[in-house]
Amino acid sequence: MVEENQGLSKMIELTIDDKKVVAKEGDSILKVARENKIYIPALCYLEGVSSFGGCRVCVVEIKGSTRVFASCVTPVSEGMEVITDSERLRRYRKWAIELLLAERPHVCSVCVANGSCELQQLATELGVDHLRVEREWTNYELDLTHERFAYDPNRCILCTRCIRVCDEIEGVHTIDLMFRGKNSKVIFDLDDKWSFAESCTSCGKCSAVCPVGALYVKGKPHSEVKKKELVSFVISRRIEKTIG
Amino acid sequence: MAKVRLATVWLSGCSGCHMSFLDQDEKLLELADKVELVHSPIADIKDFPENVDITLVEGAVGNEEQLELLKKIRRRTRILIAFGDCAVNGNVTALRNILNEGRENVLKRAYVENTMFNQGVPTQIPRLTERVFALNEVVKVDFYIPGCPPPASLINYVLNEFLDGRIPVLDGKFKYG
Amino acid sequence: MKPDELRNLAQREAELRKSYRYRINVCCSSGCMPFGALKVLSAFKDAVKELGVEEECYVARTGCIGTCSIAPAVLVEPGDYLYQNVTTDKVKEIVKEHIVNGRPVKEMLYGNEAYFKKQLRIVLRNAGKIDPLRIEDYIAVGGYYALLKALTRMTPEGVIEEVALSGLKGRGGAGFLTGLKWRYVARATGSPKYVIANLDEGDPGVFANRTLAEADPHAIIEGMAIAAYAVGASKGYIYVRSEYPLAVETLKKAIEAARSMGFLGEKIFETVFSFDIELRLGAGAFVAGEETAILASIEGRRAMPRPRPPYPAHSGLWGKPTLINNVETFANVPVILLKGSEWFASIGVKNCTGTKCFSLTGKVNNPGLIEVPMGITLGEVVFEIGGGVPPGRKFKAVQVGGPSGGFLPENLLNLPIDYESLNKAGAIMGSGGIVVLDDTSCMVDTAKFFTEFCVDESCGKCVPCRAGLYKLYKILDGFTRGKGSLEDLNKVEELCEFIKEASLCGLGQTAPNPTLTTLKYFRDEYIAHIVEKKCPAGKCFKNGGGESGVE
Repeated sequence: MVEENQGLSKMIELTIDDKKVVAKEGDSILKVARENKIYIPALCYLEGVSSFGGCRVCVVEIKGSTRVFASCVTPVSEGMEVITDSERLRRYRKWAIELLLAERPHVCSVCVANGSCELQQLATELGVDHLRVEREWTNYELDLTHERFAYDPNRCILCTRCIRVCDEIEGVHTIDLMFRGKNSKVIFDLDDKWSFAESCTSCGKCSAVCPVGALYVKGKPHSEVKKKELVSFVISRRIEKTIG
Repeated sequence: MAKVRLATVWLSGCSGCHMSFLDQDEKLLELADKVELVHSPIADIKDFPENVDITLVEGAVGNEEQLELLKKIRRRTRILIAFGDCAVNGNVTALRNILNEGRENVLKRAYVENTMFNQGVPTQIPRLTERVFALNEVVKVDFYIPGCPPPASLINYVLNEFLDGRIPVLDGKFKYG
Repeated sequence: MKPDELRNLAQREAELRKSYRYRINVCCSSGCMPFGALKVLSAFKDAVKELGVEEECYVARTGCIGTCSIAPAVLVEPGDYLYQNVTTDKVKEIVKEHIVNGRPVKEMLYGNEAYFKKQLRIVLRNAGKIDPLRIEDYIAVGGYYALLKALTRMTPEGVIEEVALSGLKGRGGAGFLTGLKWRYVARATGSPKYVIANLDEGDPGVFANRTLAEADPHAIIEGMAIAAYAVGASKGYIYVRSEYPLAVETLKKAIEAARSMGFLGEKIFETVFSFDIELRLGAGAFVAGEETAILASIEGRRAMPRPRPPYPAHSGLWGKPTLINNVETFANVPVILLKGSEWFASIGVKNCTGTKCFSLTGKVNNPGLIEVPMGITLGEVVFEIGGGVPPGRKFKAVQVGGPSGGFLPENLLNLPIDYESLNKAGAIMGSGGIVVLDDTSCMVDTAKFFTEFCVDESCGKCVPCRAGLYKLYKILDGFTRGKGSLEDLNKVEELCEFIKEASLCGLGQTAPNPTLTTLKYFRDEYIAHIVEKKCPAGKCFKNGGGESGVE
């Protein structure tokens, strides 16, 4: 994880897409690129919490290495030459989105997040107009026990934003993963039903940061929850004011 | 010059894509100048004809009749376009795959459990496939127009590009759902 | 323990060993135990007593001798007479003829000399010859001398220099220069520093590390202590799978013994150096063998790898500088210090020195644990040491490097075993598994099998590995059921490239190897499956075809 640098730190120079930029040593490539108005698509990345590096959408090339790197977790270094867009990167990003869409039954037309979904937007942006692999039709049980929130694991892309925000911002760590590989599942406490998860403070941050429609506020379009609350929440990292 | 032979087909879907096709409104007239509609649910032609240039296929494959029809369409069509989300990736139609209960139970659920009148599984319908397929799981698809439904303007753009001999570029123009 | 005490003890033990005319080593490793090795051991003890040769013949419970095909195996010294498939009813005859009358029982001996001829045992130097549970046995053969030498006559930098000059590379699979890694940790700022020995060998069919721990645990402990001295660490962990109960038990006892002798703990050999080792058990995840996942697991978190940098050398366990090496790497270290880097560097080939342990399994006549000098060819391993495929069968392929190793065909049998050559051919050194396949194996089915293993073992963090591998498995599974088209082969290749290049850790980065190498070297089998719907080996299409295939 890339730690946020506190106080004065060494400044270094690097190149992103032939543009010379100055950055704080230790910052991630993605952060530096965004500060310099260079766009790199990203999905599991969430400003304000630690980076996870799982979705691989934000991959970039670094000159001198044959591999690609997730820019959200790769720190900048002096003289580094970063390439954020290439045929190869576009191909990889496309695969990442395609595999996510095929991993669980993402049916946009009946999803609460339709129109405000980051996965859907990235599919459009990266030109994923069809899936080359067979889709999975998982049948996880929905958790509608919570009074205000709902959880549909069938829409979850395992980005762990909810886990990180619950742990690092709200500070309760109600949410975590269980099982591994394709069977990984986001759970509350010890896989309790949400309403029985005693550590949950019902703050709603998890549903506010969910990039898809897996965690959502009941009876409200996801677009409303996300547009207003998420933006203000993420940018100013206000903790005291939450949804509801 | 002979007109381009266009067909549209409606498999397992809600016909919303065809509605959107009709929403091209006055542009349909321009289109009519360039194409000959040789098969469509809105024109009563029973068999799928030979030598079709472009076929828009709406809906996913849900039963064996559609499976056969789609294979026939593929053999008789130059450019096969998956038309709308159901055709592209299964969409709502494919939600029955989640049930994972076999075709008999799917029918039972629809015609017995969820109805109050005339309960009973119909016998005169084509056999359902074990699961619902997107078009590209069955045949080779040449082009995809996602959307539920795709907007009329997008349909018009894609058709006109093909008619003008270009391959349409959907860069950022489409949206699932 | 004082330096002199070690010398005296070693001398005493060596003399004790010499006082016996014969020594019977009964292999009691995980390979021989199921065949009744412990019963054979006690039968030998009884027989020796009964025939009155107790004074001149010592019966030892040892670790693996290396010949798993003839379990239970018994080695009689001097002369290294190896008895095969020893059962309790044969014991008396062996003792009577061999020990009492001095005539080895020829018809019970393992006649296969070729098995050992090409081997060179450095890591396994004591395996099968000492009792792993008796620390004195290890001391008798020069154990803990290297630690003594390092602590009393060498500087930490000198130790690192010696290891660096030897050219030793990490035996965990990636092949990073050990000396360089040690230097990074030594120079890193932060305290305390940690040393971790990786014994999380989760590959199917691989048992090299396990056998080493069962046969010679003190070699690992001594290697770790030397490393700790070199990098300035005071605390070590051995991360071992809980599925290895015998190895766990052996290590636990070995650590206690080393502690009671003063090779671990405060002020070792009366120097200022203090070091202790703790055992940590894994909970059965293959991915936990990845070095950053080990860190997470030891810290008590979910064993998920994290991206590097920062490397563990700078920010490892609890953010402190940490040295992680495979147990085999550590076991090499004492020998290097005693015999010198020059000697070590003379073994093997240029840029790849020393030896490597392999678990030789599959369709081969002499499966077992082998140790060979680097640079030996695959053909020598499979045909000379392994004795080739069973009679009447034809060699097809050999997989090197565990579940994510590549499959190499017959025309690559003269490939030398070193990191670079293997990588170039699409295989990896990996954990040290060599699996031989004959013509009864279907390559598509085999690729599917290993992909499925990696699907099950993916931690689920990154998309290429979690979702990509599963899709790869589904496509391969389709091939074995008559689904799929030739175009799918391109899709498979593209998907493999994505998984290989974009995955976070070594698991995903190497998992496509079986598929990629079988596609490269055995493409005709894929085509037979797809076009002719036929499996050349007769393995697939047993469950009927799929409902549809793309036309």
